[in-house]
Amino acid sequence: MSDTIHSAHGTGKTGTVPPAIELRGIDKRFGAVHANNSIDLKVEKGTIHGIVGENGAGKSTLMSILYGFYQADAGTIHVDGTLCNINGSEDAIAVGIGMVHQHFMLVEPFSVLENVILGVEGGAVLREGVDKAREELRRLEREYSLDIDPDAIVGELSVGLQQRVEILKALYRGAEILILDEPTGVLTPQEADHLFRILGTLKQQGKTVVLITHKLREIMAATDNVSVMRQGEMVAHRHTADTSPEELSELMVGRKVLLRLEKGNANPQGTVLQVDNLCVDTRAGVRKVKNASFTVRAGEIVGIAGVSGNGQSELLEALGGIRAVSEGQVMLNGQDVTPGRGVGPAELRQRGVAHVPEDRHRMAMVTNFSAEEAAILGYQDDTAYQKGLLLDWGKVADATRHMMEEFDVRPVDPHLKAANFSGGNQQKLVLAREIMRDPDLLLVGQPTRGVDIGAIEFIHKRIVAMRDAGKAVLLVSVELDEIMSLSDRILVMCDGFIVGEVNAADANERVLGLMMAGVDPKQAEAEAGK
Amino acid sequence: MDNFQMVVLLLDATMRTSTPLILAALAGMFSERAGTINLALEGMMLGGAFSAACVAYYTDSHWLGLGAAVLTTMALSLLHGFACITHKGNQVVSGMAINILMSGLTALVGIALFAQGGKTPALDHDARFQPITLPGADAVADVPILGSLYSELISGHNILVYVAFLAVPASWWILYRTRFGLRLRAVGENPGAVDTAGISVVGMRYKSVLCSGFLVGISGAYLSTAQGASFLSDMTAGKGYIALAAMVFGKWRPFPAMFACILFGFLDAAATRLQGVVLPGIGEVPVQLVQALPYILTVILLAGFIGRAVAPKSLGRPYVKER
Repeated sequence: MSDTIHSAHGTGKTGTVPPAIELRGIDKRFGAVHANNSIDLKVEKGTIHGIVGENGAGKSTLMSILYGFYQADAGTIHVDGTLCNINGSEDAIAVGIGMVHQHFMLVEPFSVLENVILGVEGGAVLREGVDKAREELRRLEREYSLDIDPDAIVGELSVGLQQRVEILKALYRGAEILILDEPTGVLTPQEADHLFRILGTLKQQGKTVVLITHKLREIMAATDNVSVMRQGEMVAHRHTADTSPEELSELMVGRKVLLRLEKGNANPQGTVLQVDNLCVDTRAGVRKVKNASFTVRAGEIVGIAGVSGNGQSELLEALGGIRAVSEGQVMLNGQDVTPGRGVGPAELRQRGVAHVPEDRHRMAMVTNFSAEEAAILGYQDDTAYQKGLLLDWGKVADATRHMMEEFDVRPVDPHLKAANFSGGNQQKLVLAREIMRDPDLLLVGQPTRGVDIGAIEFIHKRIVAMRDAGKAVLLVSVELDEIMSLSDRILVMCDGFIVGEVNAADANERVLGLMMAGVDPKQAEAEAGK
Repeated sequence: MDNFQMVVLLLDATMRTSTPLILAALAGMFSERAGTINLALEGMMLGGAFSAACVAYYTDSHWLGLGAAVLTTMALSLLHGFACITHKGNQVVSGMAINILMSGLTALVGIALFAQGGKTPALDHDARFQPITLPGADAVADVPILGSLYSELISGHNILVYVAFLAVPASWWILYRTRFGLRLRAVGENPGAVDTAGISVVGMRYKSVLCSGFLVGISGAYLSTAQGASFLSDMTAGKGYIALAAMVFGKWRPFPAMFACILFGFLDAAATRLQGVVLPGIGEVPVQLVQALPYILTVILLAGFIGRAVAPKSLGRPYVKER
């Protein structure tokens, strides 16, 4: 498959309707970074157009330029065939462009209504515009079945509803073109489905939707056309019907990517981790893990599946020593290491437990630290890094550089601030830090959250390599695909209980899905078999 | 009746002592609701008081004095805004810098102009705000209780006292019932939302600090040309900080902030009247203790007795455009 740019648009379609958006030669640099390199893009009216690319490919920058958040260094923007000069959000709104940002631009203590009218209040005194706005909101809400109470306080709404408020905001401003930046990253599968139904309605009403995502499944399911970006360049345009996830991922990464992980059979040895009747309570006294018992053996990957918030996070944190255990016992290589009873995270680390926490920014690293500081976090007392009372920064830098080379962290610059690495590279650095200590047990939570496809493949391979080296791995992930492709055994958690165990070889999505909803495994199998 | 008269007099004094606090607390609220911490209230109040006293002395007009005070404080808030909004500086540092600057500058200029140790010359009748007798106050003065409440407590203050108390509902209306207020509150919670709605965040924040400067200017003029009759060096004596504390008690809301100011004003007024008074069973109350009460109360209340005070979310954070 060639990487040459060719337009998939305008072929056989009516030439009379100008594209909703046409970008020509958009160029944008941030210092040394060429974020957008002479981008051309046509979005046909009344279609859902996907833009895919890895994190940092320049998708968000391009859309921010379209929405007037940034100004392009060069290039032109045509909306409905007219040349537009978009110098700020107000210009974008004026030509009918609305944007739903990845991080919502909502005022949480305000009501839905107040959020929607902000900037288009319709008069210096609020009362003049509010009644009209309320009526208009009702109409929009009915038309697109958004299901929102205009007087609800936005901060009290679920994430999915907040996103609909953003959509409502754009529609209220008369948007004909709606840009959504990674809209499903924060949604449950059900909320995502609802969103795509709403987008479908929008399309039927003749609106144009631009969907930015890195999830290929969404592109295939929801879009009419798709454009692929890689490293600041637009590398391909396709009709969605004429392409495949394999082709798109190859275009995104620039090489062939295995969407399915290849791994041999597990060869489990002796028990490394044994958990008996473990109970974990939150500080507020809510029991999050209820009588969990299981083992993890050397040379196997045990995956814990479950809908987010069913106790997996607390279980992982307890095993990592950062959350106290209320009842039960944890044995590591035959020794009692029950957290909270004199065994803390530092000692667990010394005894060969590596922990990659679920939340990279909150727990795994300090984003304001340099890469070398981040790379020794938790191991800073290690004698290898000491020079008398001080840290030996030369050795730290060398060790960091070694980790970066080994784990393909780019750029290989130990002095660069951790925040300036992409999500995938940050995660690879954290994994390098934990794995290169050669632990007996690797606890890993959401290893590929916010990580691009190329890095996902790499991270998965390294986790399997750990297993093949005879280590025990406990994996917690809310991505069912990830659990199914990595694990040798799968435990399913629901409401704090481990409801069942499935051999990965026999696992199927329906059975696991039913178990995640709390259905007894036997019954789940029977139901799924029907 | 004697006790009643004493209570009325105490409350009367409370109105006078809480006036500058109310104006400054509202000033702080306008600034902080839009996300800019305004520790500079103290220094601005001092600057306003000095300008008012000087101009009123030279022109013999308290109105020109008030105008000068407001111009001074608005200029100072532009300075604060320039550091905090345009240059995204540390808001606490900028505020403290203004406080220290004004403490020194007013004394310096005062000595240079008048050579009275930083004090300005006493103001004549016309150069000060005089008490206003509200219509009918004399007529009802003899009506028991209600009449004396009206004529003593409500009537007989200078106009700035009434301005302060009327500024409370006015501020409430502006904040909660106008487009300007909606945008101002939004910019203090999530400036990104305001920016993407096509409104200038920087513009809104400058407008908010200007409102702040306007109000605190009035409180400064009140100190030197209404309550007092001249400027004394460091005459604000922490009122700017007390006003900020009152604003926090009031959870950044106008009416609760006003009640907090009245409480502090009451303690202040009581402190003056309790000097040398022997209370039964307690003995003579050390005046220092009463004077310290507002500060002690501040600590106790802030330590959690008022429930959680939720500050505007982006308070203290300069707006940096990012993805």
